[in-house]
Amino acid sequence: MSFINLKDKVVQVKIVYYGPGRCGKTTNLEYINRKFREQIQSEMVSLKTHGDRTLFFDFLPFHMGQIKGYDIKIQLYTVPGQVKYNATRKLVLKGVDGIVFVADAMEKQREKNIRSLNQLHENLQSYKESIFDIPLVMQYNKVDLKEHGIPVLPISVLQQDLNSRLQVPYFEASAITGFNVAATLKKIISSTVVSIQKKLL
Amino acid sequence: MNYGIVSQEQLEQIEEILLQKLIKIGVDCAIIIDMAGNIITIKDTGKSKYDIYSFAALAAGNFATVDAMAKLVGETEFSLLFHKGQDSSIHFSKIDDELLLISMFGKDISLGFLRLNVVEAIEQIQKVWEKQD
Ligand SMILES: Nc1nc2c(ncn2[C@@H]2O[C@H](COP(=O)(O)OP(=O)(O)OP(=O)(O)O)[C@@H](O)[C@H]2O)c(=O)[nH]1
Ligand SMILES: [Mg+2]
Repeated sequence: MSFINLKDKVVQVKIVYYGPGRCGKTTNLEYINRKFREQIQSEMVSLKTHGDRTLFFDFLPFHMGQIKGYDIKIQLYTVPGQVKYNATRKLVLKGVDGIVFVADAMEKQREKNIRSLNQLHENLQSYKESIFDIPLVMQYNKVDLKEHGIPVLPISVLQQDLNSRLQVPYFEASAITGFNVAATLKKIISSTVVSIQKKLL
Repeated sequence: MNYGIVSQEQLEQIEEILLQKLIKIGVDCAIIIDMAGNIITIKDTGKSKYDIYSFAALAAGNFATVDAMAKLVGETEFSLLFHKGQDSSIHFSKIDDELLLISMFGKDISLGFLRLNVVEAIEQIQKVWEKQD
């Protein structure tokens, strides 16, 4: 649920980066935090373990500017990807407006991506939301590994596995180099804002 | 999806309640957030300098965690959440299933007196909020 404050003319929008463990969700936010400093007024909050795995969430508020006189405040979150953390994953999804599904393009992660997407579907259902209705963007991350000789799934396979029914916008990306990180973010923000505008009219 | 929209009038009424019931008795800062971590409104003495958006995200997460723990052990909820610090303390209270009232206060107020005022504030806020639908 995005929250709209008619008095101060502020819209708060919640976007969640979701995906299997170690797929690169936190790395996406870290890149955004470095690259868009002027649009971020505060520090990134990361609740993590000693081994740098997300324990609860990362949080990064991102200022979008104005649309029709309304200040758009984008709240970026990541979920913890490790299998055992589904209870907290669900908590982070509460009130989500838009989702980036970050898939790990490494060949050996194929099953994990599919399982994570299925669980996203179930988790959304528990909030009476549908994965088919919510603004969603696919990101196939770590494509840079190809150059290092590490087997990476072809896009056609990833599309077949994850996006054949959803048919949402998708990007090949490398969160570590920043390739298509901003493009992914722009796409999910615009889909989400359009969807909120539609609901308001 | 349903969207939380409050009118200017409602917000002004709610802010007035926070002012009369909490700020006037010496609470440093009163924030209403929703369970998704959005800020509905904030009323303070103008002194607080920390980042309220991060604070709201963490507060919602904290509350949600304790709520989930309550359910795990078979409680419907742990109604009181209170963190005591050296100079300032934080008190959390549920307004309804969607909203949370957070009060930050110093050493000059007793928890009992604060709770009394929080309960009254919440009753009044519920009345204003109900008019929303
Ligand atoms: N080569 C390569 N490595 C990446 C990329 N993105 C992330 N990584 C690495 O993958 C590891 C995990 O990245 P994180 O961003 O912490 O993954 P996460 O999805 O937040 O993981 P959890 O918090 O456990 O869910 C780190 O060592 C990153 O440096 C990428 O695009 N390319
Ligand atoms: Mg992480």
